[in-house]
Amino acid sequence: MNFDLSQEHELIRQTVREFAEREIKPVAQELDEKAEFSPALTKRMGELGLFGMYLPEKYGGQGLDTLSYIIAVEELARVDGSQAATLAAHNSLGIGPLYYFGTEEQKKELLPKLCTGEALWSFGLTEPGAGSDSRGSKTTAEKVGDEWVINGSKIFITNGASDLNIGCTVQAVSANTDGKKQFTTIIVGSQTPGFKRMSMHNKMMWRASDTAELFFDDCRVPAENTLGKVGEGSKIMLTTLDAGRLSIAAMGLGAAQGAYELALAYALERKQFGQPIAKFQINAFKLADMAMKIELARNLLYKACWLKDEGRPFGMESAMAKLYCSEIAREVADEAVQIHGGYGLMKDYAVERFYRDQRLLQIGEGTSEIQRLVISRFIGC
Amino acid sequence: MKILILIGNVPDTTTKVKFNADRTAFDASGVQWIINPWDELALTRAMELKETSGGAVEAVVVANVGRAETEATLRKALAIGADKAIRIDADPKEAGYVASQLATIAAGYDLIMAGIEAADYNGNAVGGMLAEMLGMNSVSAVSGIQIENGQLKINREIDGGSQVVGLPMPLVAIVQKGIAKEPRIPAMRGIMMARSKPLEVVQPIDAAPMTNMVTFEMPPAKAACKMIAEDQAKDLIHLLRDEAKVL
Repeated sequence: MNFDLSQEHELIRQTVREFAEREIKPVAQELDEKAEFSPALTKRMGELGLFGMYLPEKYGGQGLDTLSYIIAVEELARVDGSQAATLAAHNSLGIGPLYYFGTEEQKKELLPKLCTGEALWSFGLTEPGAGSDSRGSKTTAEKVGDEWVINGSKIFITNGASDLNIGCTVQAVSANTDGKKQFTTIIVGSQTPGFKRMSMHNKMMWRASDTAELFFDDCRVPAENTLGKVGEGSKIMLTTLDAGRLSIAAMGLGAAQGAYELALAYALERKQFGQPIAKFQINAFKLADMAMKIELARNLLYKACWLKDEGRPFGMESAMAKLYCSEIAREVADEAVQIHGGYGLMKDYAVERFYRDQRLLQIGEGTSEIQRLVISRFIGC
Repeated sequence: MKILILIGNVPDTTTKVKFNADRTAFDASGVQWIINPWDELALTRAMELKETSGGAVEAVVVANVGRAETEATLRKALAIGADKAIRIDADPKEAGYVASQLATIAAGYDLIMAGIEAADYNGNAVGGMLAEMLGMNSVSAVSGIQIENGQLKINREIDGGSQVVGLPMPLVAIVQKGIAKEPRIPAMRGIMMARSKPLEVVQPIDAAPMTNMVTFEMPPAKAACKMIAEDQAKDLIHLLRDEAKVL
């Protein structure tokens, strides 16, 4: 058994960390406060080759493995959840389904631009009435001649409405026979008539990432915009979410690491009763627990990535990693605020942003409850 | 033209420095190693020169003296864009020894750049020694390099101002802050390409060290800070004049 990362993985970590520290950290608080999505940072991520990292070079990617990509998300999340969200959503949900299920023609047309950082793609699954119960989708796609006519709406769609967004993969009910729904996934360009995109405001977390509401009103696209086969929508969704869980897990791990480092540095510096508060056993043990949880989370997540890269089943491990990493992100961020005391409640201290940003992770891309359901089915309950 | 960049493998600048028990060697356990920041700036400038020279710069090569574990640092230099790396397989004992080793591979380059100091022992010596051994000209405190009509135009920082000098090649430039704006962050493509770029390992020659390390001392701990109440300016004057003797 060998737990060492390769020299290349270490270099990727060092590189993304340098980028995050140097270019994201100085602006993270301001972007968060203004709830401003940054096209400039998105473009920089494209220049560094973070979008489509795991795609072959012929589609504009870098040909790297899953672990490389996960380390990149982790390192961004260690500094800022919003930018990590832009990267994770675009890679896993935007690019992922197009790459795994697109025709050669669709891939050649879309993927190279989606790797540049100048164009983003979103994945339209969640609806106002269909969250955990994704089969409750009401958005329909009706075949009229050689076109799909789409009607309905989607909500909480990351990267869905900024100026950089050029389209969405939409999950729609394409047939409904005796209450048995058939799902089809369809590619919709952002400029298609009848497709309206609106940014959602007043979020508690990921305030510098773009979250959208999408509306389809007799939105017509050619039948060849079908992604995969007609009726394959559920499979595409489940496969996409399996891989997407790894990147949400990476966000949890990164957020926990970032919050822990802030807490440790603060505890070593802050003095009360004549000594650094890290010297009080109650705080030292908190920090020890944080370090242990992060170590466990990292091992679990990296193992799930390894399974995926080996071409082995990884569905259960990715659900476990998503669940564990997101839950420890909450625990660690919560204790990190506690260690900061009153200062932890102030926006001048980054730990306040970590505390808010982690809260999505137990909800997005399958709630903690749904992850437990997934795991329980794998173990035969 | 060909450019050679001398790469130091140094502890990350946030490393907590420790020494062995008899204080004759740096304790390297748990240390994260990086490219010496001044060398990284030199490499960044070399890449800029290569990209804007319209083919005049044919190759940028990086070299260091170090054991196999320093290859990660060289791979990073390759990821940033260097075409080739050379590692001389020896412990970088001290400046004279390191310069002697580098002299065996450094002939034939038109421009050699070395960082003005190293973030580890702060020797500020290898570049000058190497120039002397190779019989090349050298310029220190270089904060800018341009190539103009086959010559080098070099900015130097001097007391109270700066100086621009024109120099023929070959040349050893000992570079400092300002040579490049910021060290370049490698792109993922660069990291992928670094895999297949040549990293040549060269055996060292016998060279007697010119110095030997006697002992290291840590700087004295900071004295306690004296706080003076805001309405007690007199006390402050007294402390500055009579105790610190700076007034």
